[in-house]
Amino acid sequence: MAMQFYASPEQVQRDRSEYARKGIARGRSAVVLTYEGGILLVAENITTLRKISEIYDKIAFAAVGRYNEFESLRRAGVRMADMLGLSYDRRDVTGRALANAYTQTLGAIFSETQKPYEVELCVAQVGATPEADELYRVTYDGSVMDEPGFMAMGGQAEAISNVLRERHDTAADLQTALALAAEALGSVGGENGQTRTLTAKQLEVAVLDRRRQGRAFRRLTGTALTTLLGHESVPEAELGDVDAAPPAPGEAKPTISAASSDTEETPDEKS
Amino acid sequence: MATGFDPSGRLPDFFTNTGTSSFTQFLSQAAPEMLPGRRPLPPGLSGDVAPHGTTIVAIATADGVVMAGDRRATMGNLIASRDIRKVHPADSYSLIGIAGTAGIGIELIRLFQVELEHYEKIEGAMLSLDGKANRLAAMVRGNLGAAMQGLAVVPLFAGFDLSPADPARAGRIFSFDVAGGLYEETGYEAIGSGSLFAKSALKKRYRAGVSTADAITLAVEALYDAADDDTATGGPDVTRKIYPVVMTATANGTQRLSDEEITTVAERVVQGRMENPGG
Repeated sequence: MAMQFYASPEQVQRDRSEYARKGIARGRSAVVLTYEGGILLVAENITTLRKISEIYDKIAFAAVGRYNEFESLRRAGVRMADMLGLSYDRRDVTGRALANAYTQTLGAIFSETQKPYEVELCVAQVGATPEADELYRVTYDGSVMDEPGFMAMGGQAEAISNVLRERHDTAADLQTALALAAEALGSVGGENGQTRTLTAKQLEVAVLDRRRQGRAFRRLTGTALTTLLGHESVPEAELGDVDAAPPAPGEAKPTISAASSDTEETPDEKS
Repeated sequence: MATGFDPSGRLPDFFTNTGTSSFTQFLSQAAPEMLPGRRPLPPGLSGDVAPHGTTIVAIATADGVVMAGDRRATMGNLIASRDIRKVHPADSYSLIGIAGTAGIGIELIRLFQVELEHYEKIEGAMLSLDGKANRLAAMVRGNLGAAMQGLAVVPLFAGFDLSPADPARAGRIFSFDVAGGLYEETGYEAIGSGSLFAKSALKKRYRAGVSTADAITLAVEALYDAADDDTATGGPDVTRKIYPVVMTATANGTQRLSDEEITTVAERVVQGRMENPGG
């Protein structure tokens, strides 16, 4: 039988914190900042697995750390928001309620389980003016902070935050805000402290568009993103569609049965 | 929320586990009482306790689909509502209309709208039109118990297929039965108690490849014919200016005809019938 050694609660909490912090610092960063037309969310991400997502009409989610852990929290957020919206009304779904659920969940996981979640989240809710925007930072131990219009998470978040703090401007337009975000993310991680220039391929970008009715989340990809990164503006209509790619073209198969086309013989296959 | 929080304050497992991308399947775990088919009903038939909605028509056009519904809900021989709306967008490219018990139908529409949006957000992709129709069929099937006791609801689903097998037929129409059977229709379809007359009218007038503007007139004409012979279907109410709800789904998304637009069409149809009551 294994010997049980005593470890003081302080020591246990310290160890867990250190473990989580190390895990989060290993990953790449994400920044969220308000601008004149809404809230901009940018993550350094070369994969197709997403760190930024729509939660509800005016609410978006950004996360860094372990993908499997924040993905399950993202799903929980979408489920909770949709359930609240159906039970009450779409206007009654708030970022604060979501941030609350996340803090409770992460806090419980941190204090009750062996391994804390190695994640940091942002719940962003866009308002009518930049002053009415809400950014909540939820950390691995269930702490929550209300951020003043900009935040950076993951990797060398402190250094990135400093760049944002100096130059963040709520009156900036979208391409200026995006340039600042890309520059802040590129200010760390270069060889020998060099800055990096991040391209459209290395960034995952989305906005919560202040002026839109209904679902405000728009993902920026392709030519729209390249144009914006080149410091040129993009007309609002071309900001991309809601976050849903259309399905692949239908094949010539019977749609009513669950069959695949290769289970039916075509005349020319008959020998 | 009464549901969803255990004493530790953390979201229960069914929120955070991978689960499926279906909102209704999630609800069946988290809050089954929010699904219409899961509620215990008293024994016997309950069909007369709630208003019924009636006629919906859908027409496939050259560039999508048109769906229209009358504005009447009835309880037995009474008119329960003159201005109920039974046609709604299901998502940005599809439309849903309902006939049957109005309360359950409207709840089904809300649930279905959330179901489609939920899938989009979880998966970052839109369901195919066939996928949407299959989900709706499953939801109708879940209401079979209530349907057998008189609280039946049958939807009509139509949409613009973003990736059609045949680009000339991007506008597609699906009908359902109370058991959740799913049938794709060609050209046009109507549901509800006035559907017999609406379909007869369309049979004589519908031509494949009809333009959207003509299909809107056809739909209003068909509803006029349904109202002519079915007491549960409301005709154009010229005194109160209550006209059918008409929606279109095309490559540009879904659109509801504005009050001015539908007033113009409906008044032209009524004017035509003044001269020739048979249309």
